[in-house]
Amino acid sequence: MDLVLIAEQALNGLQLGVMLFLLAAGLTLVFGIMNLVNLAHGSLYMVGAYLSVAFTQWTGSWFAGAVLAFAGTLVVGMAVELVALRRLYERDHLAQVLATFGLILFFNELIAIVWGRSAIFSSFPDALAGHVAFPGGLVYPVYRLVIIGAGLAVAVLLWYVVQRTRLGMLIRAGASNRAMVAALGVNIRLLYTLVFGFGAALAGLAGVLAGPVYAVQPGMGEQILIQVFVVIVIGGIGSIRGAFLGALLVGMVDTLGRAFLKPMLATVLSAPAADTAGPALASMLIYVLMAVVLALRPEGLFPARGGA
Amino acid sequence: MNSPLLEVLGLHKSFGALVATDAVDFDVREGETHAVIGPNGAGKTTFIKQLAGELRPDAGRIRFAGEDITALPAPQRSHRGLARSFQITSIYPDFSALENVALAVQAHSGHSFRFWGRARADASLTGPALGFLKEVNLQDRAGTVAANLSHGEQRQLEIAMALATRPRLLLLDEPVAGMGAEESQRMVELLRTLKGEKTMVLVEHDMDAVFTLADRISVLVYGRIVATGAPAEIRANAEVQRAYLGEEA
Amino acid sequence: MSARRWVLAGLLLALAAVPPLAAWLNEPFYLDLLRRVMIFAIAAVSLNLILGYGGMVSFGHAAYLGIGAYAVGVLGYYGIDSGWLQWAVAIGASALVALAIGAISLRTSGIYFIMITLAFTQMLYYLGISIEEYGGDDGMRLKLRSQFAGLIDLDHPAAFYYLVLAILAASLLLVDRLVNSRFGLALQAARSNEARSRAIGFSPYPYRLAAFVIAGAMCGLAGALLVNHTAYLTPDFMNWTRSGELMFMVILGGVATSAGPLLGAAAFLLLEDFLSGTTLLPKAWLADHWQLYLGAILVLVVLFARRGLAGLIPGRHE
Repeated sequence: MDLVLIAEQALNGLQLGVMLFLLAAGLTLVFGIMNLVNLAHGSLYMVGAYLSVAFTQWTGSWFAGAVLAFAGTLVVGMAVELVALRRLYERDHLAQVLATFGLILFFNELIAIVWGRSAIFSSFPDALAGHVAFPGGLVYPVYRLVIIGAGLAVAVLLWYVVQRTRLGMLIRAGASNRAMVAALGVNIRLLYTLVFGFGAALAGLAGVLAGPVYAVQPGMGEQILIQVFVVIVIGGIGSIRGAFLGALLVGMVDTLGRAFLKPMLATVLSAPAADTAGPALASMLIYVLMAVVLALRPEGLFPARGGA
Repeated sequence: MNSPLLEVLGLHKSFGALVATDAVDFDVREGETHAVIGPNGAGKTTFIKQLAGELRPDAGRIRFAGEDITALPAPQRSHRGLARSFQITSIYPDFSALENVALAVQAHSGHSFRFWGRARADASLTGPALGFLKEVNLQDRAGTVAANLSHGEQRQLEIAMALATRPRLLLLDEPVAGMGAEESQRMVELLRTLKGEKTMVLVEHDMDAVFTLADRISVLVYGRIVATGAPAEIRANAEVQRAYLGEEA
Repeated sequence: MSARRWVLAGLLLALAAVPPLAAWLNEPFYLDLLRRVMIFAIAAVSLNLILGYGGMVSFGHAAYLGIGAYAVGVLGYYGIDSGWLQWAVAIGASALVALAIGAISLRTSGIYFIMITLAFTQMLYYLGISIEEYGGDDGMRLKLRSQFAGLIDLDHPAAFYYLVLAILAASLLLVDRLVNSRFGLALQAARSNEARSRAIGFSPYPYRLAAFVIAGAMCGLAGALLVNHTAYLTPDFMNWTRSGELMFMVILGGVATSAGPLLGAAAFLLLEDFLSGTTLLPKAWLADHWQLYLGAILVLVVLFARRGLAGLIPGRHE
């Protein structure tokens, strides 16, 4: 096996993992603290990507566009929370699933009305368009390294907020026992709106970063959302640590699987068989992983809830 | 039979730094009514939950009729003869009182993989169910949807459901909780008729009920049993008085 | 018989009158449309069993539409056209997959359960896409409809229509018997109050798993019917948005009611048809972006119309 290829795919896996983490962190907090199934989280990611494209065109600078898009997604997220999602906290999961599913349809179509249905391919910002040459022969795009860096920075920031600040303490308490936090007299509505906004902002950031790497099109949120669900199930609901480790695991398994499963199978099966089985199995790999984790630990690897 | 029907040895349960059950030893003889009292937050409900199988202890053993049931899940404990009523009323709100009890009868009539036949009209279920409703004096409300029963009637329904599983041991978690004077008296009367026939573990705050019904009383404070004995002994026990008067508002 | 059952009986009779009516009006389109409604109604009936009565929010139910369809399609691809065999495989394969998915998923609950069922469905969807042999992303045409050797010709629209109607009626009857049997009561009790059920001696898991398998098998049959109806299948049959649509039909019609699934499927599909403008006057501004309105309507229904359409008809909560 080519070491350079492995290293490259490992970095790709890390990059995917970090993107999944940005999305999973917000979603798992919303699940854990507000007990809200929010399928429209992927839509916020999509909004972030589209706003980034629009603002970049408008301002001429990717960085300015990114900042505006980030803020824009935050605003959109909080607006959605105020108008629609607030009423869902008290409802059962089925109602939440269907209502947020309706929001997905609504947002996808709204985006399609404004920007059309075809995929938009945005380019890397000039400043980040180059490649970095590593010793050993690996040449890797700067932009993807930036994504990895940004994601890790957010992870550190989140760790700090959750473990070292008062807000973080409330978040941890809320994730493991919601009723108790309310009983302590904490302004629950405000906490919920903040947590949701937090999550929306992270999703927007992921969307902004995703633009140049993935195709920007209506429905892009749902494709990645399912993987985010797998991450959360594996990591444990309500747990940021679980989201981080789960995301890295899923990102790695998925990327390395897609890259190496077919050639690996080709060594034992005939080429046409490997050609069919390889991609098919690779696409199923993370779900098999999820099933295995669940069989051993139904609450995920690092669940936030303890005790009763 | 000389050995106790229910035997608890060294039961321990903590939630992080909070010790809810602290090395508890406890036993109940057949036919006995053993009450568990203690100030708020003493861990009484946690204790009952472990006996019922709703919560797994961190350490210790629970033996029922000679069998170690510590790891046995709640449904199986029900089939061994352990029945339970809940502190916070837990019935089937959208089923009628009769249907509630009939479900308990059904659960103990073999498996329920019967896909045909209308169960609601099945006399082998509704007959006995009506009988149990009569035992708790609820037969006139048989057709009422459980959510529409009064609080006291719902708690009577819980007893009927517990009885319908033909238990050897009843775990009663604050049966008169939230009841007015008249309703409480009726419930205590009902439990008095069961006394002797059924073995009971009774968790209660209402001291009148406790002293009327209990053969033995154990006092739980901060997860530890500080005293066990006949009602008169407990009444006179200085440490118990301190625990109650000192801790309770 | 309660008011709701009269409505249901009435609907079935009305459906029976459609083929002659459509022929008389010379509008074969209506026969096609309502046949589609009935097929989805069967899928909705199966989902209502586990979701409405059983309380299991399965987001992966469309998987069985796909499995049923592919069973027919793949067997047909290899020249096996016997409807008996194809449909038996459709039902059997769906039951087996439901057993596998259910055995794992039902050990979890709440949000986990929703996400896991969703994830498994997507896994099957991606599997369908990646197998180029059967058309991959684009799917494939059905060369021949399921053959029933002289007993019934599915190429005859009205005959196929009545077959679907008969299967729908049978499904409604089956589910009705199931939910009122000891099995059904145990299932409903587990939904109503799980802690109480465990305390009186019910272990919910076996009953839920059995219901899950039955629902999967029934939906597999719906899938076989669907592919025969469209004469064409794609992995989209098991797309998660399809699962969402099925759930919407169940909730729109009214969960845990006998008339609900049919009302929901009819309302949803007729609404979709109306909004996308195929039958009525061309409404360009509506037609292209009908999903916008569908999405908004969905949100509004969930927020403000909890008991669904069946809730509008007086009757005891079944």
